[in-house]
Amino acid sequence: MQDETGAVETRIMDAIAAATDLSALEDVRVAALGKKGEVSALLKTLGGMDADDRQRLGPVFNQLKIRVTEAVQSRRATLEAEDMSRRLASETLDMTLPVDTDPQFEGRIHPVSQTMEELSAIFASMGFDVAEGPDIESGFYNFTALNIPEAHPARQMHDTFYLTAEEDGEPLLLRTHTSPVQVRTMQAGDPPFRFIAPGRTYRCDSDQTHTPMFHQIEGLVVDEATHMGHLKHTLEAFLTAFFEVDNVAIRFRPSYFPFTEPSMEVDMRCHRDGDKLVVGSGDDWMEIGGSGMVNPHVLTHAGIDVEKYQGFAFGMGIDRLAMLKYGMPDLRAFFGADLRWLKHYGFLPIDVPGLAGGLSNKSLAAK
Amino acid sequence: MKFTLSWLKDHLDTSASLDEIADKLTLIGLEVEALVDPSETFANFEVAEIIATAPHPEADRLQICTVKSGGGEQQLVCGAPNARAGLVGILAQEGAVIPASGMVLGKAKIRGVESRGMMCSGAELGLNDDHDGIIELEAGASIGSPAAVALGLDDPMIEIGITPNRPDCLGVRGIARDLAAAGLGTMKEDATRPIKVEKKGGTPIDVSGESCPVFAGCRIEGVKNGPSPDWLRARLSAIGLKPISALVDITNYISYDRGRPLHVYDADTLAGTVQARQAKAGESFVALDEETYELNATDCVIADDRGVLGLAGIMGGLASGSTLQTKNVLVESAWFDPVAIALSGRHHNIDSDARYRFERGVDPASVETGLALAVQMIVEICGGTVCAPVMAGAVPDNKKTVRFEPARVHQLTGLEIDEADMQAILTQLGFEVKKGKPWQVDVPSWRPDIDDATQGADIVEEIIRIYGLDEVPATPLPQAAGIVRPSLTLAQRRAGLMRRALAGRGLVEAVTWSFISAEHAAAFDVAQGLELANPISSDLSHMRPSLLPGLMVAAQKNADRGARVINLFELGNEFKAATPGAQRFAAAGLRAGLGGVKTWTAAARPVDAYAARADAEAALAACGVATDTLQVLSVDTANGAGCYHPGRSGILARNPREPMAVFGELHPALLARFDIDIPMVAFEMWPETVPEPKAPKQAGSDIARPALALSNLQMVRRDFAFEVESPIPAADIVRAARGADKKLITSVRVFDVFEGGQLTEGMKSVGLEVSLQPTQATLTDAEIEAVCEKVTAAVVKATGGRLRG
Repeated sequence: MQDETGAVETRIMDAIAAATDLSALEDVRVAALGKKGEVSALLKTLGGMDADDRQRLGPVFNQLKIRVTEAVQSRRATLEAEDMSRRLASETLDMTLPVDTDPQFEGRIHPVSQTMEELSAIFASMGFDVAEGPDIESGFYNFTALNIPEAHPARQMHDTFYLTAEEDGEPLLLRTHTSPVQVRTMQAGDPPFRFIAPGRTYRCDSDQTHTPMFHQIEGLVVDEATHMGHLKHTLEAFLTAFFEVDNVAIRFRPSYFPFTEPSMEVDMRCHRDGDKLVVGSGDDWMEIGGSGMVNPHVLTHAGIDVEKYQGFAFGMGIDRLAMLKYGMPDLRAFFGADLRWLKHYGFLPIDVPGLAGGLSNKSLAAK
Repeated sequence: MKFTLSWLKDHLDTSASLDEIADKLTLIGLEVEALVDPSETFANFEVAEIIATAPHPEADRLQICTVKSGGGEQQLVCGAPNARAGLVGILAQEGAVIPASGMVLGKAKIRGVESRGMMCSGAELGLNDDHDGIIELEAGASIGSPAAVALGLDDPMIEIGITPNRPDCLGVRGIARDLAAAGLGTMKEDATRPIKVEKKGGTPIDVSGESCPVFAGCRIEGVKNGPSPDWLRARLSAIGLKPISALVDITNYISYDRGRPLHVYDADTLAGTVQARQAKAGESFVALDEETYELNATDCVIADDRGVLGLAGIMGGLASGSTLQTKNVLVESAWFDPVAIALSGRHHNIDSDARYRFERGVDPASVETGLALAVQMIVEICGGTVCAPVMAGAVPDNKKTVRFEPARVHQLTGLEIDEADMQAILTQLGFEVKKGKPWQVDVPSWRPDIDDATQGADIVEEIIRIYGLDEVPATPLPQAAGIVRPSLTLAQRRAGLMRRALAGRGLVEAVTWSFISAEHAAAFDVAQGLELANPISSDLSHMRPSLLPGLMVAAQKNADRGARVINLFELGNEFKAATPGAQRFAAAGLRAGLGGVKTWTAAARPVDAYAARADAEAALAACGVATDTLQVLSVDTANGAGCYHPGRSGILARNPREPMAVFGELHPALLARFDIDIPMVAFEMWPETVPEPKAPKQAGSDIARPALALSNLQMVRRDFAFEVESPIPAADIVRAARGADKKLITSVRVFDVFEGGQLTEGMKSVGLEVSLQPTQATLTDAEIEAVCEKVTAAVVKATGGRLRG
């Protein structure tokens, strides 16, 4: 009987090994382990045996069933793996084909906007609000209130654009600086004041470093005790943060602006390394803006008590700050809307300037 | 303002070097703009003597000269007619850069004869127009000495920028005064002597009107006008003024030496009384620039009994000026009102050294001292007999005393300065200090800029600029405790979010001019008065009423450069009326050319208006608008949308009275007007139309999100296809379906639209996917069926369409 069992096993095992696909294997399994299968038939014979035979052959048949079951499972796994391999081999894609670029990596933020956001972030950290004012101004706000009366030579030096329209008998004009925002903001509120005013400004001028429209930032602090030392620190702190260097020293040079007294030009320490400007070290000085203590005449025009309040103001060119930091050679290109220029010098929308992570993400610059 | 080092040293006794002087000038507010050392220009030029000449074998007009210089003898070929043995002139050595031509001198062979170096003419050295011969120096010039020294051109020239508040430094003596105060030497005595009258009787002078309070004149008879002495010519040349004649040069010299403009008349051309008066309407005169100026009553003129001689303080007349034949002169030294001169000069558009000084404020005290200096120099150089000076009117008294509290220095600068130092600085600058509480400080007559109404700031500036601005201690601003509060307004925050939302959609931010051309402005109905009176070009003449023209022009330019997918946006102001503040902040985006280039998965596709709508919705969403609640209205229901294609555009609004954005294809007629040959879609959106969020009852209570109710029950989705008349908007169908069961239906989505095929002409099929979300219990088949029937009924009722089988 045992020999017979051995022969059955050999035949079944051969058939399992010979099955080349899953359905053939299933046929083998049914023929062996199915209700009418050979192994099942053997097991059924146990019921008719005497106790001794059953004792002897029971384990033999059961072991056979286990071995056949395992052999079928093992063969099935092999055949399934072969099937998967065949299927995968037939299912290839050329993964080197180009994919669509995500639009958020196609769009750009203009360098002037990015720079303005940097300025807002830096000055916000020093407690400055952001004020705004109109582009079209009256002679009063652009000049008179800033202590530049009619016929003052400084009026001629502003290359002002005038509109054909008038207000109160005086032609309206395009603001030549952001300083009118000082007066408007002070008139609308009460001291103390601490704000910046960035915006478009206009002068009748055009060459590589002058365009008829450009951007300026004005800064103003008015309270009871702010002095030139505070101005110096504010500008040094700003320039250090903006240019992302260890320390930018500034130098004041006496100058003249009708709306400040004393008035100073602001130079920052720098040097040239080949064509490259290096801010913060070296023996050169670069003019970066104008500043001074707010002239009491301006405070008076703005309705501020000059016996009690004083403060400083400064102004800088935003486009120029951007050029110095990011290396654009020609101001005129800022307003040309050339996509090639905008893609190269512009910023990705995910590149949001902040003080915690640093203002500029060099790794996100145009490649 | 230009001057030379030796000129400065006429007034300042100093041992400081040129660099020290230049640095100090900048640090005290007299910014050095240029330093020119002419000895550098003549580095390879030296004095040399022609010791022998021989005829050139090949050319009659050339000579072979043997020249002796500091380095020995050399041979050169020279074509100058005056080249001869014994002539001492200027030799340019190899490597010299010839000033007139910029040419670098090398070895040369001229008609076969070797020539080393070149004897130079005045023209070649850029000194004068003398081309006819080489320079002949006076005997005694040392052979081999530098040319700059021999030519008297070794005097460095300094150019400084003078701010409008410092008319006193438009004269060298004023600059010297500032330097002396800053510790760079001591002022020399003024060598001007009082006028010594030699003859009675002068030219009668008179003043009237308000613009000229004083007019002093002095007649000098029997002068001999001619070229100025070399020292005077050299100084004027060094600062870029052309020497003309002694009489003219002397007035120019005093203008730069003292900041005191003068005028010299040929007295023999004058008739009767010379007077300063207002011009009469209809008067005119021919000025020194040979232009005729028509005058009006606001102009102050100098006139005689026959008529106008010159525009006072601005430019003299051609007929009455001095010439080389002039024998008798009248020297004018007057003072004119700065505002009158500024207005008159601006009106006639004349720039002159005199106007420049008078409109900034000439020292009234120099009316007499300037006249005396002029008379002294004329007599020294041109001879003549001095008549008694005449003065009409009176020198205006501009004496001013300002109050000054020394504590202001610390208050404004943060710097502690000894009162004694303050007093010393002010005194050196010519102020007189009377200590007290507060100090009384007398302002010198040459400082019209110092103002009593600046709470002492003007005096602080004088002290600090001389004391040294470098000393100002950098001091942090006091900072409120805690973390700084947000600084941006809602509008500013929205602008930042919109900018990044639009760039995130692949649009590239442009900054275009605020002004556009007249033609483009006309296409956009620009309001009256928004035209510039003095545009820089005809393309930039009108304030933009919309951001579109700038973007359209920019997009076409990019297309012309070969760009195919052009996606631009801009945030900025539109100008609605010629009033300060009549500007509206807008966002606009423009897509032009292709929506996408052909790829391996898709063909190239043109821009379409739906992308513009999506852009508009992105901008609105960035401002906090729930865009799924917006209606799309047709453009003819609102104004100002005439630039869009009426059938392919829309207005986004919460209700018809509150449009927030407009979008669509740009009108073909508009594109034609702009000469645009690519398709364009655009949107415009105005953040101010988006209401501010309501302030929360309690600060911060609007930050937390509302509670989220999620259902665990299975969502059911059912598809429908409705056949409706083609013009029926998809939004009507969606709205009807949505309204069928507001509780159960959570979304209705259009997934298919088509016309043609088996459909009747004029009909379209719209496929909807309706999502049902039960919240109480799983939906039974019967319940689902009931909702589907309600959806169908609602759509059929609203649209007159039918459910397709």
